[in-house]
Amino acid sequence: MSMTLATDNLHTNANQGAGTMNNVGAMKDFVYPEKTVGQPLVAEPKMTIRSANVYYGEKQAIYNVELDIAKNEVLAMIGPSGCGKSTLLRCLNRMNDTIVGCRVEGEICLERESIYGEMDVVPLRARVGMVFQKPNPFPKSIYENVAYGPRIHGLASRRVEFDEIVETSLRRAGLWEEAKDRLDQPGTGLSGGQQQRLCIARTIAVNPEVILMDEPCSALDPIATAKIEELIAELSENYTIAIVTHSMQQAARVSQRTAYFHLGRLIEVNDTERVFTNPQHKLTEAYITGRFG
Amino acid sequence: MDNLNFDQHISRQFNADLEELRAHLLQMGGVVEQQLLDAIQSLESADSDLAQKVLTAEVQSNNFEISIDEECTRILARRQPAASDLRMVLAVAKIVRDLERIGDESAKIAKMAIILSEQDNSPRGYMEIRHIGSHVCNMVRDSLTAFARYDAALALEVAREDKEVDREYGTAMREMITFMMEDPRTISRVLNILWALRSLERIGDHARNIAEQVIYLVKGKDARHMSLPEMEKIVQE
Repeated sequence: MSMTLATDNLHTNANQGAGTMNNVGAMKDFVYPEKTVGQPLVAEPKMTIRSANVYYGEKQAIYNVELDIAKNEVLAMIGPSGCGKSTLLRCLNRMNDTIVGCRVEGEICLERESIYGEMDVVPLRARVGMVFQKPNPFPKSIYENVAYGPRIHGLASRRVEFDEIVETSLRRAGLWEEAKDRLDQPGTGLSGGQQQRLCIARTIAVNPEVILMDEPCSALDPIATAKIEELIAELSENYTIAIVTHSMQQAARVSQRTAYFHLGRLIEVNDTERVFTNPQHKLTEAYITGRFG
Repeated sequence: MDNLNFDQHISRQFNADLEELRAHLLQMGGVVEQQLLDAIQSLESADSDLAQKVLTAEVQSNNFEISIDEECTRILARRQPAASDLRMVLAVAKIVRDLERIGDESAKIAKMAIILSEQDNSPRGYMEIRHIGSHVCNMVRDSLTAFARYDAALALEVAREDKEVDREYGTAMREMITFMMEDPRTISRVLNILWALRSLERIGDHARNIAEQVIYLVKGKDARHMSLPEMEKIVQE
């Protein structure tokens, strides 16, 4: 039996600042698992990721990731900065296409169809929508923010159809009551939390199947955050959601499964409950208990 | 076991909080263990002064229970612990209750010691008290050691011993009944011994509960209401 004694040299010195690499260095006795531990694959996947390797120029950002996202689940992706979780999320609707030098290897499928093959990127991004860290409404009216997507994708043509899409989307995003009397005012005039819900309304207006969220609450206050989290739970009835978050409490609250990434490797995927009470891998344990990060 | 490094958080304050919590629980364990030893000793040697000391010490273990519970609440509210940290806080909150009950049962034994010391001396039943008593003391000590060392194998031993104590308790019970049938004048006296035996048996159960929490803490699996073979499986995983 190994009784743990106070090993002061293993303390991560708080005064050194938040240098991730330094902190990880203190955990050098941990080894990567040969294969992701837990249950990365599911019976009914919406999206599948197989042998994914992602490079930025010479630098490899993702190493051989195998992961499924199940239908109508909320999958939380967590890990320290630079672990590749956002990179992988962006691969799921080819947001990385625009980054010079970014190369994606392996196969990523939506409903068994490779998204890097024949599939056109415009309809792909309608089917797999994205919500970003900072709310980024277009400099247009609230109404136009939501109607823009359906218009360019040709989902509606008559004014009443647009009206209906705008109302349904705003209702689903929990913004209708606050916004219905000011639809013609600029979206940028809303509060941060409202802007984020507007962005979610804009995303769901084109009727996506999957919603990707990249730290959707990190610029919001706790009340706005709670509203978005509530919304995520409601949305998961109709959509499949993958969310990258730095807040472990948020991951614990909103997701059914949690994936832990570390320096480009997918270490562990398990039921969220399991991950936060009894994680399988030491690196996951170290991260979620705040031993480095 | 080697993933239970409670001293490696980025936040030193968190390290300190958990270390203090653990230390306080072990201190309380020490107080309660002494209470139990004194209670048995006072009964065996008809020492009512020592029995009185046990009753006084109860205040101490009661205070420990309250202050450790407060510490757990504070850590949960301020740190939102996860994984092994969460299990540590939950296990401590539960172990505290069992320790406090062990203190209560020891006080009951001490009260019996006071009553018995006022009656004329008769050795009947003392052998059983001594026997089961030493067994139960070992269990309490081992369960606390298992907690201090995060030792699930030792915790399993405690659960095994509890079965043994239950068996001995059954045997002692039959002995006492025989005594009472042989000489009805001893009934009130033997009944007091029986209460003390009953308390010892309960203390064994509490030690087992502590052991189950140690298994939860170390292995992350709930070991309550399990058969020994099921428990063995968890510990060996």
